Amino acid sequence: MAKANPKVTPLSDGPDWTFPLLEAYHQEIRRVADYYQLDTYPNQIEVITAEQMMDAYSSIGMPLGYHHWSYGKKFIQTEQNYKRGYMGLAYEIVINSDPCIAYLMEENTITMQALVMAHASYGHNSFFKNNYLFKTWTDASSIIDYLLFAKEYVSRCEEKYGISEVEDTLDSCHALMNFGVDRYKRPQKISMEEEQKRQQEREEYLQSQVNQLWRTIPTKPSVESTQRQHFPSEPQENILYFIEKNAPLLKSWQRELVRIVRKISQYFYPQKQTQVMNEGWATFWHYTILQHLFDEGKVTERFILEFLHTHTNVVSQPAYNSQHYSGINPYALGFAMFTDLRRICETPTAEDKEWFPDIAGAPWLETLHFAMQNFKDESFISQYLSPKVMRDFHLFAIVDDAKDPSLEVAAIHNQQGYQTVRQMLSAQYNLSQLEPNIQVYDVDISGDRSLRLRYIPQQGIPLAPDSTNEVMKHLHRLWGFKVSLEQQNEDGSITELSRCPAA
Amino acid sequence: MVHFIDRRLNGKNKSAVNRQRFIRRYKQQIKKAVSDAVSKRSVTDVDSGESITIPNKDISEPMFHHGKGGRREMVHPGNDQFSQGDRIKRPDGGTGQGSGKGDASADGEGSDDFVFSISKDEYLDLLFEDLELPNLKKNQLDKLVQYKQVRAGYRAEGVPSNIDIVRSLRGSLARRIAMSAGKRRELAELEQELALLQQDPVPDQHRLLLIQDQIKQLKQRIAAVPFIDTFDLRYRNYQKRPEPTSKAVMFCLMDVSGSMDQATKEMAKRFYILLYMFLSRSYKNVDVVYIRHHTQAKEVDEQEFFYSQETGGTIVSSALKLMKQIIDERYDAEQWNIYAAQASDGDNWTDDSPLCAQILRSQLLPLVRYYAYIEITPRAHQSLWQQYETLLPEFEHFAIQPIRDVADIYPVFRELFKKQAA
Repeated sequence: MAKANPKVTPLSDGPDWTFPLLEAYHQEIRRVADYYQLDTYPNQIEVITAEQMMDAYSSIGMPLGYHHWSYGKKFIQTEQNYKRGYMGLAYEIVINSDPCIAYLMEENTITMQALVMAHASYGHNSFFKNNYLFKTWTDASSIIDYLLFAKEYVSRCEEKYGISEVEDTLDSCHALMNFGVDRYKRPQKISMEEEQKRQQEREEYLQSQVNQLWRTIPTKPSVESTQRQHFPSEPQENILYFIEKNAPLLKSWQRELVRIVRKISQYFYPQKQTQVMNEGWATFWHYTILQHLFDEGKVTERFILEFLHTHTNVVSQPAYNSQHYSGINPYALGFAMFTDLRRICETPTAEDKEWFPDIAGAPWLETLHFAMQNFKDESFISQYLSPKVMRDFHLFAIVDDAKDPSLEVAAIHNQQGYQTVRQMLSAQYNLSQLEPNIQVYDVDISGDRSLRLRYIPQQGIPLAPDSTNEVMKHLHRLWGFKVSLEQQNEDGSITELSRCPAA
Repeated sequence: MVHFIDRRLNGKNKSAVNRQRFIRRYKQQIKKAVSDAVSKRSVTDVDSGESITIPNKDISEPMFHHGKGGRREMVHPGNDQFSQGDRIKRPDGGTGQGSGKGDASADGEGSDDFVFSISKDEYLDLLFEDLELPNLKKNQLDKLVQYKQVRAGYRAEGVPSNIDIVRSLRGSLARRIAMSAGKRRELAELEQELALLQQDPVPDQHRLLLIQDQIKQLKQRIAAVPFIDTFDLRYRNYQKRPEPTSKAVMFCLMDVSGSMDQATKEMAKRFYILLYMFLSRSYKNVDVVYIRHHTQAKEVDEQEFFYSQETGGTIVSSALKLMKQIIDERYDAEQWNIYAAQASDGDNWTDDSPLCAQILRSQLLPLVRYYAYIEITPRAHQSLWQQYETLLPEFEHFAIQPIRDVADIYPVFRELFKKQAA
């Protein structure tokens, strides 16, 4: 740590904060962030109380959510846990919007506020603005408007059709929320007014389309041997989208609800894919920015010690056999990887030169920005996880095969294992492997209108039976006719897993 | 470029609606939890809320997710002992290393039940939803009123102890001003004239004397206005206002003869708890009188009521007589809302049953607001029940219900107190 410059008067280290002091800290943080070329949306920083934080928390960070019991459940849970001291509250919540909204909690000291500003308003913010996934999948400028639209639409529906009706539809949509995502097709950007206007048109148009599809009076195929046309012609992974467009009996407002849930799911999809990177990036920058301020003598030692204490907690990684262990801490892994990237650029070792010939010795800031912009967790890890980080974390890979009575250590953090560990860790963040692969396979359009889904297992992992039947009931509610789910086995045979109604 | 916004004063309860939605949705489960919780309470404990437990599976939000089995690869940190190719025993329960971490998240964590607290009001509301006190409307105005002295302004007559000093003095001041204002004005005019006259180099002596004389007279008359007059006095006024009494007494009558075992008593206890909570929602203070009986009746405390062992035969009328006696001594039916709940297994000395019915008919039922008899027995009804049945057509505020097991109590209670269709 460099000695503080005696000529610079440091900012007050509180511990209490005031608005002018926040301004002063923010100004310094912004100056440093500019120096490191962090490109951000404008910031909007809101000071809230702990209770409001719990509110925000329980609506998955959405500043405006439609009303639903599941958020109430989440709120009660959060409140219980908080009151019993099982958990502290998140220090910050930040919303991917333009301007980028970050929440500061009233109870925090000025040190924590500065940390949060650097972390959320510059770290996360620049990530939201520049990462390719967010750029492609979300539209920060319209999300608040859209959420507002959704909230109003849902409450209008509740007035018109009753709370229970709306709740039923939303429940069913929530059950399929993870399958309401386009993984490959890019959504379009539209503004609030357009959304409203188009919603009207869509209602009319959709209904007419659906009618078109189902209008055909079933006729016997003229030639028996004719292969029946599949509908949809290709399997579709976005089940909610398929339902919105094709479910025969949904009313137009229900279609709109399906759409709302689907849109929100889509909005959060990139966040699920970039946890490690996003948190790592934000953590790296709060650390770097505040250290920079300390080196300049802008902040006191008391400040930096309190900061380091918190920071260390944030990036701690309990070992696999610790009672606190609950998987790999994305803050820890992300922070370690970005820090290590900088080290590889600045002081590469022979090992780094062998593993990362492109970036060893390259300018670090550019390399980091490039890494932040062009990857998601899965590819980021497979590209940049260095042997040093694996050694630091003592990573080891376990293969758990149900056929095998014991677990096998597939690889550890040594020369032979680096590649395997890296590849397996990367796969661990591959969402398409984490979520079951279920697609809309076929609809019997000329027959009983039954809908068939197909589950294709990977690595022989079965679908959990307990909740599957429940989800199928929800699907049935949306589709309105028979629904079934089948599994395509490795040998190509098909087994039926579930159907609703059961008979 | 940055906006700081202070949102602390904004509404806190953004999630209140969502919480209500949650309670609304799980009302059935919550109600069940609430009625289960009744038995754990003491009869008179109504001030606390209740912590509600709902099985997690009932409120889980289903999702498609992977189940156990198949081949999984997981990377874990903190290797301290393993080398490549090591084989490890599969850990139980999936904690620590090993499998299961991947799919636990979608499942909702673990299998702990979902526990949360509801406030006292929410608790009682849920417990007694759609219930109402019987016969309240009919009797409320003509009967069960007590009079309360309330202040009702001021009046001109009264007893000295009720004199309101401030009001009286204010009246006095006003009267004095009113009575002397004209004279004071005259006085001021005369004094002014006098001053002018005195300045005159050659004063008109005659006029001067006249004015001085008038001034003197005026001053005397002003001084003669009394400081206080009976006219000024104001007395605090009190009126009697009829108020529906908020006092209630609940008689718990129970057979403790040899045929009543502890389980039956527990069932009765739950019924009494429900009744007490229900009454205390409507009345500010509820007294509870416990009367137990075998061949003789005795007033006891809660502990003894529920847990002391007795043997012997059964004469129900002894308890009814004691209840009448206690009402006469301590609980004037004009001032107290009297409720009674009698629990028994139906056994009675056969010759006594007609007497019971008669005591009820002539002495007790006219006094009480509601009398509930619950018979806790799986067997056929006996003479007491049959005698009581004859009372039913005459008295609307008399009810009898059989209870077979614990699960019946709450439904029976609801049946007894259900809101009558208007």
